[in-house]
Amino acid sequence: MESVLRAEAVTKLYGSGPGATRAVDDVSLAIEPGEFVALVGPSGSGKTSMLAMLAGLLAPSTGKIQIAGEDLTAMSEARRTRFRGQSIGFAFQSNNLVPYLTARENVELMLRLNGKLDRKNRKRTEELLIRLGLGDRMSNYPGQLSGGQQQRVAIARALIHEPQIVLADEPTASLDTERANQVVETFAALIHEQQRAGVMVTHDLRMCKYVDRVIRMMDGKVSHILSDRAEIDALATLANL
Amino acid sequence: MLAIYLALKEVWHSKGRFLLICLIVALITTLVLFIAALAEGLGNGNREYIQKLNGELIVYQENVDLSIPSSRIGRATTNALRRVGGVADVGQVFFSDATIVFADGQDDLDISLLGVEPGRPGEPPALQGHGLGRSRGNDVVIDGNVATRRNVGVGDTIILKVTQGTDEEFYALAVVGITDGRQYSIRPGIFVPYLTWDKVRPQGDEPTSQGDLVSNIAVVKLVDGNDVVAMAQRLEEQVNKIEAVDRVAAYEATPGYSAQQSTLDTQRYFTFFIGILVIGGFFQIQTLQKVAQIGMLKAIGASNLTIALAAITQIIAINALGVLLGAVGSLLLGLSFPPGIPIVFTGNAVLTAVGALMLIGPLGGLVSVWALLKVEPLTALGLAQ
Repeated sequence: MESVLRAEAVTKLYGSGPGATRAVDDVSLAIEPGEFVALVGPSGSGKTSMLAMLAGLLAPSTGKIQIAGEDLTAMSEARRTRFRGQSIGFAFQSNNLVPYLTARENVELMLRLNGKLDRKNRKRTEELLIRLGLGDRMSNYPGQLSGGQQQRVAIARALIHEPQIVLADEPTASLDTERANQVVETFAALIHEQQRAGVMVTHDLRMCKYVDRVIRMMDGKVSHILSDRAEIDALATLANL
Repeated sequence: MLAIYLALKEVWHSKGRFLLICLIVALITTLVLFIAALAEGLGNGNREYIQKLNGELIVYQENVDLSIPSSRIGRATTNALRRVGGVADVGQVFFSDATIVFADGQDDLDISLLGVEPGRPGEPPALQGHGLGRSRGNDVVIDGNVATRRNVGVGDTIILKVTQGTDEEFYALAVVGITDGRQYSIRPGIFVPYLTWDKVRPQGDEPTSQGDLVSNIAVVKLVDGNDVVAMAQRLEEQVNKIEAVDRVAAYEATPGYSAQQSTLDTQRYFTFFIGILVIGGFFQIQTLQKVAQIGMLKAIGASNLTIALAAITQIIAINALGVLLGAVGSLLLGLSFPPGIPIVFTGNAVLTAVGALMLIGPLGGLVSVWALLKVEPLTALGLAQ
């Protein structure tokens, strides 16, 4: 299958000259629709910088990033912002939701941004929120929701506008084990079902049991790749101990 | 559309906070409008009579710095003025102070007692009753302010209290006419024929006038009202020891007038400036609190234009609402003031102030809009470049 997300020899330097830090060093990767990838590694390994570049939030120093055949690095700032709104879904670690919009309005925001807020899509928003167990929480503001509920709203928002890729930054950071499992499991199921390409940065290796591939980064480089189901499950089981 | 949606949703969600800043804007508006009204009221109190004079030029004695109390214009000078070509008419005006007392227990009222030549420039038109038809007699035309403040009408008699020598003297004057507002020196003016004025005015022991009645100024009506500058020059050339100026220069030279107006103007400008800083500060703090949220909005695809428009919409709406509240409040408050308080709301001054106040929001908000534009979407990931 054709890769929807492709990074080629991506390098990110912070600073310049001999003192420059190589946050990401010559990383290439390709992700197919319906594939859910975990980006793991210790702090400072470059996984968040990598995610930022995949999201078009950070320009690589060298290398190229393509989403659905479009070169992110060649776009103007304004075009890139528009492209993010259309083709990428985001779930962040914190400050995920707009505090003055209800759960439903937060999800619908992505539809408004893309001028796609019609009756059919309103219905889809409702169905997705119900699916995520938020049927009775749609009119609540983020401040009235628990951390897990907020993350689920964020997941709905990341998927509602049918983006090609979905990016998540530590989506389970503030959740307990049970809620973390619930959130990532639903996320994975939706990514598979809707055939999105998903990338999740996480330091919680237990969450790897829901992904199809684990890419481990170390000092800016890819150090290990696990794509065998049994190996991934073994990693997750080990992390659970 | 998205910008307005976000702006209004946020305002609605944080009603209390936005209402607070709205009220602050309303109070600033009230302050600015009242200072403007006070400037107008006090200014009127000083200049009204001179501003409305029915002559284009005011003639003073030379070298008195346009001070009405110091200036002396005699009969001979007045006659000389009348002979200058281009002069239609000249009237002498005599100034002094007095107090009206009331038998029915109303408070005394300090007034400017002005002697005028009946039928000549300097006499105000009577809007009710008639003018000072005769040049002798105890007739008086009163300022409309006296009428409203103390309930005096045409046909009534007022009692004037003055000090002459060491004695308090009382004179009864018959109100034959009421004119509009004609204050001088923050007192309503009352107008009597100059011969009456000479009899009833406060004076020292010795009579100062020996046959020749000396006035303070002369009011000159020109044949051609557009020829003010040239005529002032001609008068000064052809008549000895005088200085001729237009009405504006005349009232600006009244004691304290310019100092008072510039003090009030300074207050008004400072209040504007404070308004700009208060609004600017409020929205700047709001912006700083929202950096992460704005970063997230930009990350998920909201453009800078949307973010900036949302902020500007909020600022303009909150500011406009505050100014409107303040303006309506001030006008209502102004209505409840008793007459005699020098607060005058004029349409022009109110509109100018309201217009300028509408700008304090956008001006104050510039910094925060700039700050919003500078927020990087990268902050959504906890990264910063």
